[in-house]
Amino acid sequence: MKLALALVVICALLFGLSLVTGYSVASPVASLRALVIDDGTPLSVVMRDIRLPRALLAVMVGASLGLAGAAMQGYLRNPLAEPGLIGVSASAGLGAVLAIQSGAALAFALALPLAALTMALLAVGLILALAGPRGSSITLILAGIAISALASALTSLVLNLSPNPFAAAEIVFWMLGSLADRSFDHVWLALPFMVVGWVLLIGLGRGLDALTLGEDAAEAMGIRLPRVRLALVVGTAASVGAATAVAGAIGFVGLVVPHLLRPFVGARPSHLLWASALGGAAMVLAADIAVRVVFPDRDLKLGVLMALVGAPLFLHLIYKTRAETA
Amino acid sequence: MSLLELQNLTVRRGQCPVVDAVSLRVSAGECIGLIGPNGAGKTTLMRAALGLLPHEGHASLAQLPARDRARAAAWMPQAREIAWPVDVATLIALGRIPHLPKGARLSPEDRAAIDRAVERMGLAPYLGRTATQLSGGEQARVLIARALAQDTPLLLADEPIAGLDPASQISTMQVFADLARDGHAIIASMHDLGLAARHCTRLILLDRGRLVADGTPGDVLTPDNLRRVFGIDAYYQDTPDGPVFQPLKVLT
Repeated sequence: MKLALALVVICALLFGLSLVTGYSVASPVASLRALVIDDGTPLSVVMRDIRLPRALLAVMVGASLGLAGAAMQGYLRNPLAEPGLIGVSASAGLGAVLAIQSGAALAFALALPLAALTMALLAVGLILALAGPRGSSITLILAGIAISALASALTSLVLNLSPNPFAAAEIVFWMLGSLADRSFDHVWLALPFMVVGWVLLIGLGRGLDALTLGEDAAEAMGIRLPRVRLALVVGTAASVGAATAVAGAIGFVGLVVPHLLRPFVGARPSHLLWASALGGAAMVLAADIAVRVVFPDRDLKLGVLMALVGAPLFLHLIYKTRAETA
Repeated sequence: MSLLELQNLTVRRGQCPVVDAVSLRVSAGECIGLIGPNGAGKTTLMRAALGLLPHEGHASLAQLPARDRARAAAWMPQAREIAWPVDVATLIALGRIPHLPKGARLSPEDRAAIDRAVERMGLAPYLGRTATQLSGGEQARVLIARALAQDTPLLLADEPIAGLDPASQISTMQVFADLARDGHAIIASMHDLGLAARHCTRLILLDRGRLVADGTPGDVLTPDNLRRVFGIDAYYQDTPDGPVFQPLKVLT
């Protein structure tokens, strides 16, 4: 309970901070007033149409990645699992790349996220077909790796054969992941998928708790594993697919956040779900503030910063684990 | 009252039957030792009886919806898996999952069942410890308590006393015997025939998937059965201290 409160407060503070961080110089108080009261000034437009959707997307994307990461680790009973494992991110990336390369992304703004989402859902269908309705978690991992590899290969192929260097550059930048220049269109596109994903993933708590004792014991306690797996895959695809569609590839959140918070919830998988959702939101909010503060005049990509911070953090966690188990 | 009924239960791996047309009936008050050499089909028989494996023939538990089955029988698998560093109290409480409505907290009734399980296994001093940091034998006792907390009429346990120290082995077998006297039924696979002879009310002997003998320890642990199934010779006497069984030598 204390942890939930602390995480909510941190998220709220970071959300406020995200709203008042940016190019246009205005006092935080004036900014927030312009957000609440539409006074027709440019500041109001900036606050309402640029910064608010950006902060909202940071929360949504972070929560999706954190939640899916916690669910994936709980299901596979492996602290190294992450939402990208089942190939959703790579497939969404392929969809986006195709939209950019074909020029559809220029034709209308939402072509890119729509293509990414479509690919993510296609990948899920393929994974479920490959892994079968009953198989063990290992078949799910293998199917995910296969899909991931295929999507990455096709993405490389598109880059390889791209006749247009501008499109190629745009693809590369898109793949680095960012929340800059997003609008409410992106929020409304991603939100329904994310909500469906969140509902499915949060509902897994009981099954994941039982899985602490292994698949056999969980099944004997009345947990229907095929159903758990279906909810996990579809929930991850919907939430992380939508996150990748609007923000590009953002790594490490789904891996590091559950890891960081696990000791605070007594390692209980069901409690880790909501904790990681809040923690993921806080982490992406903080990173998205940092990209604007560290290099205000350069377009530092969110995914790059996240990897720069995430990798050493992860190394530190490994070091700590090693010290504990030695 | 019958808690489990198997009729011609058969499990095949490929074409080869691993459990071959086993029929039996388990009633309340029985503490059953499931014995047989490695690969005799003990684990497969219990998993199929629970409906965790595809099988032919009839298994009464496998007919039940998952939730009802989980309230009728608890299962302690041989693989003593504890995936996350949760504390012992949390781990034992997982046994209440089949009884909890979705999202509900533990009721006083749940707490009482957990407390009984903790007391039976003598785990009160361990409640605050991290389960993954306990020794293998301690983990086994915690996992038995988890299965007891499920508070089902029938408990199936796969080699529950393997790897326990002698005192824990004896007290665990006594817990099972007490549970049987209280009207539960236990089926535990085991390799320690001495403990099986002393504490079980009934033994079921499997060999290559077939049920070879079923009855009291005295009826099952005959020199002939021991020679044919285990290939051993043994000393077995009813003494004033209870039945004593000691394997002596391997017959060639």
